[in-house]
Amino acid sequence: MNAIWTVAWKEFRDGLRNRWVLAITLVFALLALGLSYFGAAASGSVGFTSLGTTIVSLASLAVFLIPLIALLLAYDSIVGEEERGTLLLLLTYPLGRVQLLTGKFLGHGAILGVSTLVGFGAAGVLIAIAAGDTVGAELLPAFGYFILSATLLGWVFIALAYLISVCVSEKSRAAGLALLVWFFFVLVYDLGLLGTLVATGGGLGREVFPYLLLLNPTDVFRLANLAGFEPARSYSGLMALARGHALQPASLTGILVLWVVAPLTLAAWRFRRREL
Amino acid sequence: MSEAAQRPVVGLDGVAKRYGQFAALREVSLDIAPGEVIGLLGHNGAGKTTLMKLILGLSAPSAGQVRVFGLDPHGKRARELRPRLGYLPESIAFYDALTGREVLDYFARLKGVGRGERDALLARVGLGEAAGRRVKTYSKGMRQRLGLAQALLGRPELLLLDEPTVGLDPMATRDFYATIDELRGEGHTVILSSHILPGIEQHITRAVILGHGRLLVQGPLESLWRSAGLSFKVRVRGHWNDEGWLQTLSAPIGEPRRINGSRLEFNVSHEDKLAVVRALLARPEVQDLDLAPPGLEALYVHFDHVANTTGEGS
Repeated sequence: MNAIWTVAWKEFRDGLRNRWVLAITLVFALLALGLSYFGAAASGSVGFTSLGTTIVSLASLAVFLIPLIALLLAYDSIVGEEERGTLLLLLTYPLGRVQLLTGKFLGHGAILGVSTLVGFGAAGVLIAIAAGDTVGAELLPAFGYFILSATLLGWVFIALAYLISVCVSEKSRAAGLALLVWFFFVLVYDLGLLGTLVATGGGLGREVFPYLLLLNPTDVFRLANLAGFEPARSYSGLMALARGHALQPASLTGILVLWVVAPLTLAAWRFRRREL
Repeated sequence: MSEAAQRPVVGLDGVAKRYGQFAALREVSLDIAPGEVIGLLGHNGAGKTTLMKLILGLSAPSAGQVRVFGLDPHGKRARELRPRLGYLPESIAFYDALTGREVLDYFARLKGVGRGERDALLARVGLGEAAGRRVKTYSKGMRQRLGLAQALLGRPELLLLDEPTVGLDPMATRDFYATIDELRGEGHTVILSSHILPGIEQHITRAVILGHGRLLVQGPLESLWRSAGLSFKVRVRGHWNDEGWLQTLSAPIGEPRRINGSRLEFNVSHEDKLAVVRALLARPEVQDLDLAPPGLEALYVHFDHVANTTGEGS
């Protein structure tokens, strides 16, 4: 257990030192403030809009940004150590392979978790104050839920990044694969789904469709923050199809957690079997 | 050596390792006793690193048995072994963003070693001054020394050093071997791999020569040279008008090779070496003399040939 914390603490400290934490926090905070301030620009005015509208715009942007940040943060975790020569060395220490992976995950997870909480959290508080939100108190739980699901989304892609990192033997290849994974989940999957829906003239049953969305963690995140959230109904587009289904925020959170655990388990399994 | 009294630190019995179709090691059997300094010699790709990985438990043998302090290094109790081993991998870069001290701290914590040892070790490998600088600014030699400090954490009983002198300048190499001699004096068992022979001879108690994954031969270098019947090269420099004086030497000098008017080279066997050198030194014509042992190349070629011919015979 000690070894896990040692690895986790080193990763986290590396994140503080190379300013990942600072950068991510600032990006998230500025994004939230910017979207809130200019969010109403379409209707001809600027100024802090309500937290409710902000969450909707934030969620649709975060869904692109968070996976990319998480993949960039973690894609070289194992393959990078390998290229540096330290992987072989670390594994001769009293430290199992799964422990190494767990430690790294805790470290990277903390980097993303802290940045998300502080970045979005601080922005959320400012917005609520500036907008003089009358419904602020009601919206705070929703915003809290947004932060939680954003963190989980980040962890999903950290886990996917590890899976990539244990499967390849070159850093450049890991970087390429990470971008492909991002591209697939963020863009290709939904387009493909939409295409299928149109091509089959809606023949693809309404029963199956919501479950197909669950196969993409970014859609799960969208569902959790848009469809399940009253002020967002009118914005939700593709998500409208899943409306009314038995996909409540709690179960969607559970699914996101599964999406963290599954790739992480697979990565651990691959890593254990890997010949060094 | 009383083998019964001393349990071997490392015991390999008929060990083989295959990566797919490629046989990295074949039928290697070897015992290493406490306090030995083993020179693991062979060309790149001979199987040196693979052998180290097996001893460290980083991979499991395809056949045969590996025992370290009597335990299977790849087995369930491997965790007990780890603190007793020290390893310096070939060309390690460490973490550029950390200082030397921080790197050593990280590894010390993983090994469960207190901080007290850290500064002493850094000083011992000559990094006391540079400990607060980032590893990014370190030279190859400094990184290697940091690697050695790391390997020495927790005073391991068995040290495995993979090509530790590659890329080091002569001064750093000398310092490095001085440290090896100290460790030997302290009773550590050391396995040291190298693909070059010069420099290593005086520091090892036994050589183990690998070729194409097989153990070609093992023993003290002296006896390997003797059994291979390889010649030493004696080179002399001096002033002489003709080579008549050579005829008067009472030593088996054979036919010298003439490098130029003032330099000669003799090939002499291990047995004749001293007699020839004495005879040459007694001559006023000789102003300088040096003696080169047969290279690893010659030893390797010889024993590779022997292994091939006996392998085909049996």
